[in-house]
Amino acid sequence: MSDEAPLTKAAKTSILNNPTFRSVTFQVLMGAAVIAFFGYIANNTLHNMAQRGISTGFGFLDQKAGFGILMSLIEYDADHSYGRTFFVGLLNTLLVSFLGIVVATILGFVIGIARLSRNWLIARLATAYVEIFRNIPLLLQILFWYFAVLSALPSPRQSLSFLGIGYLNVRGLYLPAPVPEPGFLAVEIALLFGVVATVAVTIWAHRRQDRTGQQFPVFYTALALVVGLPSLVFAASGFPVSWDMPVLQGFNFRGGLPLIPELVALVLSLSIYTAAFIAEIVRAGILAVSHGQTEASRALGLRPGLTLQLVVIPQAMRVIIPPLTSQYLNLTKNSSLATAVGYPDLVAVWSGTTLNQTGQAVEIILMTMAVYLTISLLISMLMNWYNRRKALVER
Amino acid sequence: MRLTQTFAAGAFLFVMPFAFVQAGTLDTVKQRGHVQCGVNTGLPGFSFPDDTGRWSGLDVDVCRAVAAAVFGDAEKVKFTPLNAKERFTALQSGEIDVLSRNTTWTQTRDTSLGLNFTGVTYYDGQGFMVKKNLGIKGAKELDGAAVCIQAGTTTELNLDDYFRTNNMKYSPITYDKGAETVKGFEAGRCDVLTSDQSQLYALRIQLKDPDSAMVLPEVISKEPLGPVVRQGDDEWFNVVKWALFAMVEAEDLGVSSQNVDEMKANSKNPSIRRLIGLEGIAGKGLGLPDDWAYQIVKQLGNYSEAFERNVGQGSPLKISRGLNALWTAGGLQYPPPFR
Repeated sequence: MSDEAPLTKAAKTSILNNPTFRSVTFQVLMGAAVIAFFGYIANNTLHNMAQRGISTGFGFLDQKAGFGILMSLIEYDADHSYGRTFFVGLLNTLLVSFLGIVVATILGFVIGIARLSRNWLIARLATAYVEIFRNIPLLLQILFWYFAVLSALPSPRQSLSFLGIGYLNVRGLYLPAPVPEPGFLAVEIALLFGVVATVAVTIWAHRRQDRTGQQFPVFYTALALVVGLPSLVFAASGFPVSWDMPVLQGFNFRGGLPLIPELVALVLSLSIYTAAFIAEIVRAGILAVSHGQTEASRALGLRPGLTLQLVVIPQAMRVIIPPLTSQYLNLTKNSSLATAVGYPDLVAVWSGTTLNQTGQAVEIILMTMAVYLTISLLISMLMNWYNRRKALVER
Repeated sequence: MRLTQTFAAGAFLFVMPFAFVQAGTLDTVKQRGHVQCGVNTGLPGFSFPDDTGRWSGLDVDVCRAVAAAVFGDAEKVKFTPLNAKERFTALQSGEIDVLSRNTTWTQTRDTSLGLNFTGVTYYDGQGFMVKKNLGIKGAKELDGAAVCIQAGTTTELNLDDYFRTNNMKYSPITYDKGAETVKGFEAGRCDVLTSDQSQLYALRIQLKDPDSAMVLPEVISKEPLGPVVRQGDDEWFNVVKWALFAMVEAEDLGVSSQNVDEMKANSKNPSIRRLIGLEGIAGKGLGLPDDWAYQIVKQLGNYSEAFERNVGQGSPLKISRGLNALWTAGGLQYPPPFR
């Protein structure tokens, strides 16, 4: 009875005092205000641009671009549209970010662990690395690597030759490009099968160990499946690949697989810079695991390697992953400094050349911002998902 | 950084209230007390800050001429250094009043960007600079070359047109700034540096060893460079247009900074008297003081003086007048009559 009394009372009070009604009303009002604000901004922008005779809209995306781009992962020449230059720039940004993240992660983990080494020299070298590279502005590092690399390399006619297969000069590294022939499909299928089988074996081995305590050599099995099997198929089908060799012709090498110095300098400087931060994150993560955990693990008879693998690192990862995500996001956004050394990333090609040729600043900058936002959110989502998997499950 | 600047200008377009746009640029400038002029970040001969931070160059002198016409004082001007990518946004958004930054007059820019070109300060054309040790004599031998370019310019489009018309291949290395373009060329990243010829001469003297490079004879495009203003403000458009014409007309009439005072006192020539503002409509149609053209000539000199001082024989560039000579000397500089 005593429970019902306040309820009936509340129903009689003014609707203005109803918490549900109030929160819904305020949210609707707030939403309307936000929409009105952005609506006003959009309207005002269109008005101002129309008044100045600036054309608006996305019609320019279909127009012929008419300029060349140094490096493209998809087919591109000046006959393609402005819309195409967007994808060329986007893919180049993704490429440099991906390579940067991979190299920075490996380098960062190595340096971070080295800083904790009991070897005096290794620990000090790692400290020096961190203090030097995280304290020099990134743009300077990019320019340094680019022009240092350039001035150290010989001209095309004096190229360094690697056994007559690859060539290195100031224009880049030229490697033979593999050209798959008809039988190559079998190798690809073998590789796919190897990867799927590895995943299956890993899950099975894990379950078996949980059940029986018996271990299974997962690593060597995976190696055999992913590397061994495709190689075997490759050999059995008679090496169905031909090589497109770089040939010195006129000013420079033609054909083959060129690796431009802009890309190398950018990946190098981005990963060296970011690795310094990642190293500190890794060190913090490992130090956050109490030493008692290591001692307990050793007391149970686990070897140092297994202690690190099974006890320390899983717990350290909980601390490492969230700040590591920020570093990945930073690296991706920092890749826009590419424009300083002439690497054709999204900012250089799209919000650089294309913007200037078309003059559609508002549309292009909005698209560029949307792209960086999307990439960052995707990385965040991926890392958060990984973080949830790695987080300590409280029981 | 460049992104932020472009973004800032873009954001300006978003939030600017309607009323701001309505006021004429000339009134705004008079009220503010100085002309805000967009120039190149550093191009010897056209706009370049000296050791003390004072800007000089042909493009800079056009800005000063506008200030001299409006205020009677060529120093009442402030400069905004802009790179190729930022320049139009800065003008469109009202950050600057006039853009005088070796900018090529093209149809697109004159129409769909909301801009108006007021005239031609310098008739230029795109060319190529190569290292002498390559042994190249002409642009037709450049098949397969790596080419250094500055981003966001008509240069990129002309280059592609030229190579494809001649069935040649190239790989473009596109830098953001002139300084890096030169460094890339010096380090051997590219075989050729392409730009407007005037710029090639200016960039060449920035090389460690200017004699190691040469400019090829081919000119592959028309590049009329001139001041730009926003569309839809005819009063300001006229001021900028006629400030430049006054310098050319002064040369045409033989009036210079040396003799303008004497001409003002003694000249009986009606053309000269109209230019100086002693007869005719003088400054009325422009909304300027009657002695506006006199102030330009007195403080900056005529077109010939400005040309020779900045890019001609009185400068390290030593560019000859060529197309930029007066119409009477076989060039293209031709001022409409002052009457």
